[in-house]
Amino acid sequence: MAQYDVVIIGGGPGGYNAAIRAGQLGLKVACVDKGVDGGSTLGGTCLNVGCMPSKALLHASEMYDSAANHFAELGIDVAPKLNLTQMMAQKAISVGQLTKGIEFLFKKNKVDWVKGAGRIAGAGKVEVMGSDGVATTLEAKNIVIATGSLPAGLPGVTLDQQRILDSTGALSLSEVPKSLIVIGAGIIGLELGSVWRRLGAQVTVVEFLDRICPGMDTEVAKTFQRTLAKQGMVFKLSSKVSGAKASKTGVSVTVEPVAGGAAETLKADYVLLAIGRKPYTEGLGLETVGIAPDKRGFIETDHWKTSAPGVWAIGDVTLGPMLAHKAEEEAVACIEAIAGKAGHVNYAIIPNVVYTSPEVAWVGKTEEQLKAEGRAYKSGKFPFTANSRAKINHETEGFVKVLADSVTDEILGAHLIGPHVSEMVGEYCVAMEFRAASEDVARICHPHPTRSEALRQAAMGVEGWTMQA
Amino acid sequence: MADIMTPALGESVTEATVARWTKKAGDAVRKDEILVELETDKVSLEVSAPSDGTLSEIAFEEGATVEPGAVLGRITEGAVAPKAAVSVPAKASEPPPISAPALVKVAAEPILAPSAQRVVAENQLDASAIAGSGKDGRITKGDALATLAARAKAPASPSAPAAPREIHAREERVRMTRLRQTIARRLKEAQNNAAMLTTFNEVDMSAVMAMRAQYKDAFEKTHGVKLGFMSFFVRAVTHALKMVPDVNAEIDGQDIIFKNHYDIGVAVGTEKGLVVPVVRDADTLSLADIEKGIGTLAKKARDGQLAIEDMQGGTFSITNGGIYGSLMSTPILNAPQSGILGMHKIQDRPMVVGGQVVIRPMMYLALSYDHRVVDGQGAVTFLVHVKEAIEEPQRLLLDL
Repeated sequence: MAQYDVVIIGGGPGGYNAAIRAGQLGLKVACVDKGVDGGSTLGGTCLNVGCMPSKALLHASEMYDSAANHFAELGIDVAPKLNLTQMMAQKAISVGQLTKGIEFLFKKNKVDWVKGAGRIAGAGKVEVMGSDGVATTLEAKNIVIATGSLPAGLPGVTLDQQRILDSTGALSLSEVPKSLIVIGAGIIGLELGSVWRRLGAQVTVVEFLDRICPGMDTEVAKTFQRTLAKQGMVFKLSSKVSGAKASKTGVSVTVEPVAGGAAETLKADYVLLAIGRKPYTEGLGLETVGIAPDKRGFIETDHWKTSAPGVWAIGDVTLGPMLAHKAEEEAVACIEAIAGKAGHVNYAIIPNVVYTSPEVAWVGKTEEQLKAEGRAYKSGKFPFTANSRAKINHETEGFVKVLADSVTDEILGAHLIGPHVSEMVGEYCVAMEFRAASEDVARICHPHPTRSEALRQAAMGVEGWTMQA
Repeated sequence: MADIMTPALGESVTEATVARWTKKAGDAVRKDEILVELETDKVSLEVSAPSDGTLSEIAFEEGATVEPGAVLGRITEGAVAPKAAVSVPAKASEPPPISAPALVKVAAEPILAPSAQRVVAENQLDASAIAGSGKDGRITKGDALATLAARAKAPASPSAPAAPREIHAREERVRMTRLRQTIARRLKEAQNNAAMLTTFNEVDMSAVMAMRAQYKDAFEKTHGVKLGFMSFFVRAVTHALKMVPDVNAEIDGQDIIFKNHYDIGVAVGTEKGLVVPVVRDADTLSLADIEKGIGTLAKKARDGQLAIEDMQGGTFSITNGGIYGSLMSTPILNAPQSGILGMHKIQDRPMVVGGQVVIRPMMYLALSYDHRVVDGQGAVTFLVHVKEAIEEPQRLLLDL
């Protein structure tokens, strides 16, 4: 029986980063992964059917949209023609390179990749069921559960991946829908809705709550919704989906107002169910070590330790935002803790990003959270319309908003909406980790002309000395 | 050219006064030779030469205030005058100087965020005195603003009276030494903070004196230290502290911290002022160990060699005014401690014992305590227990 210091179940961003870090620290480590949807690739949801393929389609569809609608004003006249097959192929090539990249990193760091479905079989044992039906058992001083999450279901809406799709299905349609209904105005729904809208679909988003993107700063969310609506996305908020029926050529969705009232039926070529994700612990053998997930299926941990000795859990199966970078952060900290080091995650500084156009990115507290806490804060805001680079590029949507403590001036939150803000929010992550004041960002030289100047001007605004607006 | 640096001065000590240079500019100096004495709130320090050479520059004259890391002076390295060189081999066999503070690593410069730099510069704050709350102790804007706010709130500093009064004939103005300033400040702080009051009792010293008379020679022969009264009192006090833990406690904000260790400060008079070095874990020591500990600390105190650590962390103090002839006094607490025992002069007095007037060697005892922590009952019980243990020292043997 193969013996390991650490056996990690799951090869997504939590699992593969944990495996690499364990290898770096000289631990004997195996990563058990069964591949996604019958494939045998590492990388989990993120690489195979999540962040990566969606970004591939978001980028390509944005280029298409630019060519079709924005090149002309720059003096470039083109009439683009969509080649969806190639668009899907380039996505697959990129994803393939990335998953191969992880295999390479595993070899480099002496990580054993054990293919198959991992299951805890009592203390210190992981049983791996290979695709050939042969089970092997690994012995592990430490087991790290990093099995991630799955799309959550909705009563009355049965996925068939033909007409009624989850995010995985919506990433590999073979045609552009004429119409698409998205259930759930969260990050996944709005990103995939944007992809297909840009490629020509009429997109309707149905949301139970009275707002889009819960957790996003309300001012930003309102601006965001307005912008998406202007692009042609239709929103039906405060609406409940009670059923979806697929036919050969389309699907009809029954929608009722949450407040009560007459139901209506919406028809579309496809429907995408994107109401969130649920932790994936089915068949994991948790009961063999006495771990009982909570009501929603999450494994409770204390500094990544579960209630069972020698069993750890990180990423989407644990509480907190279901984000690849949160899992990655926990992976490093958990393995360092196993190795007797001081692993640490600052949960207050985990950024969020929506990769639509415009992008939305934020870190720290929203205004609503600060109000609820009764914390006195000041805010500074700077619109991209006043930023020279944005102006030159005809990309003036959005703004930067900075929230800081009214006494100490410590930055408490940064909320960005506009093109490329996903690449800009990191500056505020660094600043906040160092407990910077808004004045610190305001007093740091930023290159001109860049969009990053808006970060500085907004910080200046906290204490009322924005100079360029 | 080697810098003579002001060493780190210890926890919460931010400045020192240059007390004395032992060399003049231009003098030849040898490595590890003591060049300058510094006085801080708590102790005197000696700074020795970092290298052989010539003392080429004195940056801070006597009386100047310096901060850790400040360059006190400079040495031009090079061959030492032959006279000194000759003495090197002879001195080499001596043990190295106990305090070689010049070798102490100087604390790194505080790291300030850009905003904190602005606040510090605009308000002339002392960055080294700001406690940094940021990553790895960096000073944030909030830290600098809090320091600024604390300064604004602080009452006019007592060390800066409106205008120094004019000196008349037959008067002399002398600057308080740093030690004296600290004593003054701390005593006043104790009075301002604690609800302090004193309870008295008297103790018949006959038994302890008889025991001492009988065994002092044997004790000294066996242990190499004289048997004094202080060891009995330290023992009696640790015993009483275990019975009345409140007296061994301290107030911290909204909480009371009870201490299950018995570290007894023993006040020692020196020519510069009173210092209170601490006998650690006194409850676990024999009388001989206590006497030895007190002896070592007292000698260090009189030689000005006490380290800050020697004076930190006491849980209770004892002061003996009797050695100067005091008959009765109300000692002031050694904050944040909650109790201090005052010993006094032993005096023969007529006492009534069993209906007869007899002469007994008596000592008044005073216990000053912080009434916020210690109730009257606890204080009196404590003092009675000390009294009984001294009058019948066999109780200490029997843990009574």
